[in-house]
Amino acid sequence: MDPILLLLATLDGIAYAALVFLVAVGLTLIFGVMRILNVAHGAFYAIGGYAAASLVLAISDADFSPWLSFPALLVAAAGVGAALGLVIERFLLRHIYAKEEVLQLLVTFAAFMILEDVQRLVWGVQPYSATDPVRLLGTVDVMGIPYNAYQIILLPVIAVMVLLGLRWFLRRTLSGKVITAVTEDRETAIAMGIDARKVFTVTFVIGAVLAALGGALASPTTAIQLGLGAEMIVLSFAVVATAGLGQVEGAALTALLIGLGRSFAVYLVPELDVLIPYMIMVLVLLFRPQGLFAVAEKRRI
Amino acid sequence: MRLVRYLPAVLVLVVAVLPLAVPWLKIVLTVALAKGLAVLGVVVLLRAGQVSFGHAMFFAASAYSAAFLMQGFAGADLAVLLLAGMVCSGTMGAVIGLFVVRYRYIFFGMLNLAFSMVLYALLEKMFHITGGSDGMAVGRPTYLGLELARTSFETALFYTSLGLAGAACWFVHRFLRSPLGEALSAIRTNETRLEYLGISARWILLIAYVLSAVLAGLGGSIIAVNQGVVTPDLGYWIRSGEFVFIAILGGAGHVLGAFAGALVYELVRFYAAAMAADVWQMILGFVLLGIILFASRGIVGLYRDLAAIAPGPRGHREPLR
Repeated sequence: MDPILLLLATLDGIAYAALVFLVAVGLTLIFGVMRILNVAHGAFYAIGGYAAASLVLAISDADFSPWLSFPALLVAAAGVGAALGLVIERFLLRHIYAKEEVLQLLVTFAAFMILEDVQRLVWGVQPYSATDPVRLLGTVDVMGIPYNAYQIILLPVIAVMVLLGLRWFLRRTLSGKVITAVTEDRETAIAMGIDARKVFTVTFVIGAVLAALGGALASPTTAIQLGLGAEMIVLSFAVVATAGLGQVEGAALTALLIGLGRSFAVYLVPELDVLIPYMIMVLVLLFRPQGLFAVAEKRRI
Repeated sequence: MRLVRYLPAVLVLVVAVLPLAVPWLKIVLTVALAKGLAVLGVVVLLRAGQVSFGHAMFFAASAYSAAFLMQGFAGADLAVLLLAGMVCSGTMGAVIGLFVVRYRYIFFGMLNLAFSMVLYALLEKMFHITGGSDGMAVGRPTYLGLELARTSFETALFYTSLGLAGAACWFVHRFLRSPLGEALSAIRTNETRLEYLGISARWILLIAYVLSAVLAGLGGSIIAVNQGVVTPDLGYWIRSGEFVFIAILGGAGHVLGAFAGALVYELVRFYAAAMAADVWQMILGFVLLGIILFASRGIVGLYRDLAAIAPGPRGHREPLR
């Protein structure tokens, strides 16, 4: 294989992995604490992307400084994530914590269906994208190949910051420790006086904001359109399942593994690029059903 | 109110006779029956407490097998297409099943979704074989050796579907009552105990999985012949979601509910979807939420409540589940 293609594939893979990680880590965090797989997570990603693209386009239409588009990405993500997260947790999930696992899955699936049409109603069927941020940052030379700085510097830096930030938050702050306590043993945590409901709300909102952030950061380089949410929820589930449900650091490594696998496939066997993430997942799960980084749970009788 | 008890029988009769009076309804009802078969597959798995978000892949696989067969052997027989579809989806179900029956709940549902997304992507990407998103045309097969004109073929297809649906209902009903079927319910209630009885839960689930794949495949072949065209959309996740939705609408885990749900769904869609195409999924989502939160036994549950209020002969009461 051409070394230049090899390098390009690696760079693409890293950029892609950074985005996938942001979505996957929210999914795994929510699952760890609430034991609910949030299918609507894909919709948070897509809506985050739509909102960010619209905001950036509005800024350039209004002739404000294009540099404002960077804070705009963050504002859009935080706004969308917090609003959707709060509404869905408060009015939907709260009623189903005691129900069967299948029903919980179905409820988030229903939310996903509803949000898919919300996107269609608000943004229509045409693709959105806001390229200002990529243009502004220009390109950098990576071993002789010009590559845009947005994807190869900004995205990985944000992903690593989120990873380190989450680690610090979960291990060093009181709120983070409370969340960890509920993850480890919900009953005992409640017995110690921890308000599990509040923990659920906070976790869900953090997860939703991360997914929306993934979408917002994707909007400068990807066309945000209908169907994106479904692809992303399945892909990030593949990442989360391969890493082991509830594993934050594991999700980062697995996102990198799957991101690189996919981008190499794009260059080597383009017909199979969609297959690679799932092939990796199936291979891993065949030998380690609990995922790469999780410890197998004991059977409870 | 005694009439309520005969409602299912009356409905079946109405469905059987209606197309004679209203010919254009045939197509819609055939679609409903085909979907009902796929939903029946989902219902079998729901009995084990497992939900598959990817059953449309079997639906699409056998629909495409029908398209390929008609392309290769023009004038193949409907019976051959249906059989080939069942073999194709059954084989695929066995291979994928070997993998997914190791998992439960979230993993089971999402792995099925992942496999169906892969199939969808392949169908769309390999346009030199599958025609991409334009799909493939499916010619009209012969019916038991007879070359029928369009309308008489549609009538024949409708009554064949009705017969197949009836046979499938009977078979699944017997299956769920058999020791195998009871073991399937035990996966939902207490899998560990089942294993202590010396019964392999994975093996049981695999058999059920193959059965459900074959049912979905049967539905897919019927759809392919009925529409005369197959597209990757047949295997899209929205379609899988529809099956799960109808299963819950009809009454989770109930055999007749699958078809009651499919009929109601398809008729409502026929009239309402054109008016509310943009918000159709949203409506489905809200109805799904409503059923789960407030009426978890679906249409069958509503019917049973009605039948329980109405005293039948000799004061017999339908037990409330």
